[in-house]
Amino acid sequence: MSITFEERLRESMSLPRVYFDHAATTQPRPEVIEIVAKALQDTYGNPSSFYEEGHRAVRLLEESRAEIAAGLKVLPEEVFFTSCGTESDNWAIKGTAYARQGKGRHLITTTIEHHAVLHSMEALEKQGFEVTYLDVDYTGLLDPEKVRAAIRPDTILVSVMMANNEIGTILPIREIGAICREKGVLFHSDAVQALGAIPVHPRDLNCDMMSFSGHKLYAPKGIGLMYKRKGLRIDRLIDGGAQERRQRGGTENAAFAAGFAKALQMSVADMEHESVRQAALRDRLIRGVIERIPHAKLNGHPTRRLPNNANFSFEFIEGESILLLLDSLGYACSSGSACTSASLDPSHVLLGIGMPAEIAHGSLRVTLGIDSTEEQVDRFLLDLPLIVERLRDMSPLYSDFKRGKLHPLIPEKGGTDIRIEGQYNLD
Amino acid sequence: MQYSEKVLDHFMHPRNMGEIENATASGTVGNPVCGDIMKMDLKIEDNVIVDAKFKTFGCGSAIASSSMATEMIIGKTTDEALDITNKAVAEALDGLPAVKMHCSVLAEQSIKKALNDYYTRQGLMTPERKAKLAFLEVCEHEDHENCTCAEQ
Repeated sequence: MSITFEERLRESMSLPRVYFDHAATTQPRPEVIEIVAKALQDTYGNPSSFYEEGHRAVRLLEESRAEIAAGLKVLPEEVFFTSCGTESDNWAIKGTAYARQGKGRHLITTTIEHHAVLHSMEALEKQGFEVTYLDVDYTGLLDPEKVRAAIRPDTILVSVMMANNEIGTILPIREIGAICREKGVLFHSDAVQALGAIPVHPRDLNCDMMSFSGHKLYAPKGIGLMYKRKGLRIDRLIDGGAQERRQRGGTENAAFAAGFAKALQMSVADMEHESVRQAALRDRLIRGVIERIPHAKLNGHPTRRLPNNANFSFEFIEGESILLLLDSLGYACSSGSACTSASLDPSHVLLGIGMPAEIAHGSLRVTLGIDSTEEQVDRFLLDLPLIVERLRDMSPLYSDFKRGKLHPLIPEKGGTDIRIEGQYNLD
Repeated sequence: MQYSEKVLDHFMHPRNMGEIENATASGTVGNPVCGDIMKMDLKIEDNVIVDAKFKTFGCGSAIASSSMATEMIIGKTTDEALDITNKAVAEALDGLPAVKMHCSVLAEQSIKKALNDYYTRQGLMTPERKAKLAFLEVCEHEDHENCTCAEQ
């Protein structure tokens, strides 16, 4: 007799929870918490103040900036602290648009960017700017030549993410950046998901600006970064004091800056080992899922993906139900299903890679981290097939398929490189 | 967003999940593109719903709403079942998050679609009944934009 969902539900009560949503956020490293807590306690002065407490805070802030700059292989004066990745994206895009509107009012991006980029672009469109949204292929890759073809004399900025947060695809930004350089157009990249996971060196990648976030690499929420090439002037979004060399007002958060620096330094030090370790776990997970679950596919690129990201679609079922059942068995994951958002539409990323909505609704994102283990992956591989089976038993689409009334869009044996064609033909 | 205990209970332990062989009537509403489909099978004897079973493709609240709907209609006459509203389904579940109210609408509509099937097949359709089934004319989910469940 094979194991049942009910049995696993009972057993899971005594098992530790498994956090498989590191693309959403990460638990700060103990070393980071220690540094942040110490700084909050001891280095609470305002870095702008003209006395010992202030000097201490400014020292901590500038040391942190220098450490981060070393990690990114850039100059300290090219590193700006912000409140989050979203702020950095807003600043890079709107700040460039406002500063360069005399030169032109056209921007280029992709359909699969984070909402921080897409909604900044939409805000600019409302102000009369024009935006070209480039399509990516079914794996999430963008042909750099498409960027070249889209650049016009009035193009002022190209913004393409380094790695996608949902499907994990790593985009060819170095090549895109080279084209932008050649054409004299500024290039920004949202590297929020990439930093800490893969090498990120803005200069090598031909980026003029890059956005980063602390809490994706085991630092606290509430701190982000922007790399901005030396000498590049864009408009300020946060008006206020003279902080961040007059380019971003607001009292600096020296404690979180120190936390960010520590987290980045540790991620960089660990990267060679961790990226290989996590990629091996990821591949074990992907292989296991595709082998054990019929009508399942990997979303995103089969190989050119973040070491910690796996994103699947399971036919005939819906993502939020998968998440709820996973939660009940002790797992934290994420989905691109409409039902997990406030809108009726499934993830723009999954639609952006050409996935029909009915398949996009049944997606599951599993993102690993430094705390993920083989034991967790194997436990997951035991539980997920039970969950999928349970939901398929409830699904009228699955009964239709069983009766031969519905032709599946994902073949039974599934795979890691499947392009879905067409959609359901009901009745 | 968090579900009530009752929603989670019905989601984790769905009542009357399945299909009825040779059902007296059945109705399917929703659309895979919108991300939810409900199928309701009814066994009706002397105008009384003696059994109901559902199958649902959808989120937690869609599964819970259809499970609750079957519990609410079993034992009722078809005309009593015809008067069950989505609000009643949602209330029976101790409420649904605002963005999930459309799941209860689908549950109401799946009952009505099955009853429409019953009244039509049995030659029992009356103007009063037809009036209560008027939504079927507009909510066939021909396209996502006009999906009436989206308006809730």
